[in-house]
Amino acid sequence: MTATAATTIDAPVARKVSVARGYRFELVKLLSQWRVRVLIIACWLAPAAFVAIISQQASLPVDTLFGRMMHATGWAGPLVLLGFSGSWALPLLTSLIAGDVFASEDRLGTWRHLLVAVRSPRRIFVSKALSSLTVILVLVIGLVVSSTVSGLLVIGNRELIGLDGHLLSPGHAAGAVFLAWLCALAPTLALAAIGLLGSVALGRSPMGLLLPAVVALAMQIVQQLPVPVAFRLALPGYAFISWNGLFTSPAQRGPLLIGVAVSLVWAIAATGLAYFLFVRRDFTNPTHDGSGRRALTAGLLPLVGLLVVSTAVIAPVSGFGSGIDQDKVQKAVAVEFAHLYRLQTKQLNRADVTEEQLQSAAECTKGGDQVAARGPGNDWRCVVSWHIPGVAVAGSAIYQLDINPLGRYVSDGDGPKEVNGFFLVRTPSGDEPNPLWQFDGNIELLPAK
Amino acid sequence: MDTPPAVRARGITKYFGEVVALDGVDLDVAPGQIHGIVGPNGAGKTTLLGLLLGLAVADRGTLEILGTPVGRALAVSDGVAGFVDGPGLYPSMTAKQNLTALAALRGDPTQTMNIDEAIAQVGLTDVADDRVRGFSLGMRQRLGLAAALLTKPKLLILDEPSNGLDPAGKKHVYGVLTRLAADGTAVMLSSHRMDDVEQLCSEVTILSTGRVAFSGPISKLASEDSELDYRVLTSKPAAARRIARQTHGIRLRDDETVKDGVELLIISAPIPSLDEFVKQLVDDGIAVRELAPVVSPLEAAFLALTEQQETN
Repeated sequence: MTATAATTIDAPVARKVSVARGYRFELVKLLSQWRVRVLIIACWLAPAAFVAIISQQASLPVDTLFGRMMHATGWAGPLVLLGFSGSWALPLLTSLIAGDVFASEDRLGTWRHLLVAVRSPRRIFVSKALSSLTVILVLVIGLVVSSTVSGLLVIGNRELIGLDGHLLSPGHAAGAVFLAWLCALAPTLALAAIGLLGSVALGRSPMGLLLPAVVALAMQIVQQLPVPVAFRLALPGYAFISWNGLFTSPAQRGPLLIGVAVSLVWAIAATGLAYFLFVRRDFTNPTHDGSGRRALTAGLLPLVGLLVVSTAVIAPVSGFGSGIDQDKVQKAVAVEFAHLYRLQTKQLNRADVTEEQLQSAAECTKGGDQVAARGPGNDWRCVVSWHIPGVAVAGSAIYQLDINPLGRYVSDGDGPKEVNGFFLVRTPSGDEPNPLWQFDGNIELLPAK
Repeated sequence: MDTPPAVRARGITKYFGEVVALDGVDLDVAPGQIHGIVGPNGAGKTTLLGLLLGLAVADRGTLEILGTPVGRALAVSDGVAGFVDGPGLYPSMTAKQNLTALAALRGDPTQTMNIDEAIAQVGLTDVADDRVRGFSLGMRQRLGLAAALLTKPKLLILDEPSNGLDPAGKKHVYGVLTRLAADGTAVMLSSHRMDDVEQLCSEVTILSTGRVAFSGPISKLASEDSELDYRVLTSKPAAARRIARQTHGIRLRDDETVKDGVELLIISAPIPSLDEFVKQLVDDGIAVRELAPVVSPLEAAFLALTEQQETN
């Protein structure tokens, strides 16, 4: 095109709208939608109502991690909610916010208007990404604050039993809960970025909106399969699971750090791909919403490549097995039993014993020695033995373990009636759940140091 | 110093893949002029307006907007406003919120019109606090115009602005456009409604398959030599018919019609013969109660182009 010199009419020069103004504009649009308002209200109120209702019920959500502790401490509420949110709430929230932030302009036919107003596809992208991130953060903060405040008010600021049976003081529990939610932000960002990518790449298609939820569901299914640990850790949603490691002593930081790092890499990669596709989109044809083969090749294939590369990078650290073996199970059960035995001793006002004095040990087999003692399954059986000072005979109890592929287990005990014979124990302050009757635990999937 | 045209395009060509959307389009629009773009579907009207809004750049040719050469997308001056393919509005927001958000996007209050004033100009004051979700097409068009007015444009681009407008809405919109033009703003609008274009525009460009078939004052379309069909309603239809047969250059059309029980005459004639016919009617004491083209010169040109396109 040839440039021609000419006298200009008294007209303002072309100015791009700043990112700050674009961000405010996008935020106003998002908050004007009734759907977003309902989500904000729900995230700030529903968790509080959930915790309050559970506190009034006799039954507890024992299938969810920390669910069996919801009557014992207010810090269990935000953790139960985190478990639920990682599986369902956060993928759905990211779908509804980030998954729609670009597609809504296609649906309303407002792209040309927006481009003429802002004059920069790059700034539009940044404004939209930041505004959707802001709303998602408001929703997440609502989930944390609501469940925590309700738990503390309704149940109380009490000690929390960790996943290896050790007690966390209220202050430590608060720190660990906060850190767990903070770590869960990484996979939330990854899902939000996948939402942006879906919204850009798939345009008006409902799949654009649903992509984070679909990806999260697919990852959940994969996590329940006996896949290698390296692949498990390379999935961007693993930090929704690995925060469990914060509730053991010492903390299982390895899987958590890997999970957070992978999630952040996915967040950056998916956002970058969304940006790449968006700034190259042709807005001159209103019937073309950018979806098509290019979206598939430029959007999906690089992420598949990232998954392969991540798996290859993690494999030397994690190995290719299931991450669950006999030694790890025996150690985890013995340590947890010792911690919980001391807790029970305290509840029953018996003379305190130390872990060293107890010398607890576990001998675990899988499938009655019919199969190799490794990998997940509900056929793990552990014989736990311990010593009490001044008593010649060692005590023993049998625990049946259901270990899932993520390393989480539920241990169901059978032994002396004074130890784990009953569901409840009679304490000076009334009947309380017997910590040794049934307990949850967590096995670190990375090789033991 | 001469005031440059609001739009000066020379040899503008735009391709979409292998499709030639615009082919060597020349265009001049002066400040204060309301310029109509008409043409059959697919003629390139929206593409041309999109180029003027800066949504795309031409593959060939030169384009100057408000005296400034335009070389890349989204680089047109802030003095250009408008919409193509309908106004961009957010249904979850009220009319006022839509405009407020847009004004906040611009940031500089000295560069934007008062929001209440813009809403009042298009006659939407009563529904300013209603959500756009419930607006009719016409109301959306008017609000889209108000949004464009916010930036105090020097060049206003409107794609089918009269779509869905009721008579009251049309009156408001036409009033606004006429006032803007009187204040020196150039207005370019596309429309399928020939009567709207004739009523509003001083000049028109007819596009056909991406090429300019005509560009200039509408009056030029009805040249002295061209023959148009006219509808004539007189006090004495039989006598008028006889005079029409005797007047040189006038052809009586077979199709007769009746209006309010009175016979209408349809004649085909160039302007000089029509003048002679009217003179004869008056000399014979016949009152001429209505004389109007069956189709306007613009519509005739448009139809001719459409037929030509279908033939091709």
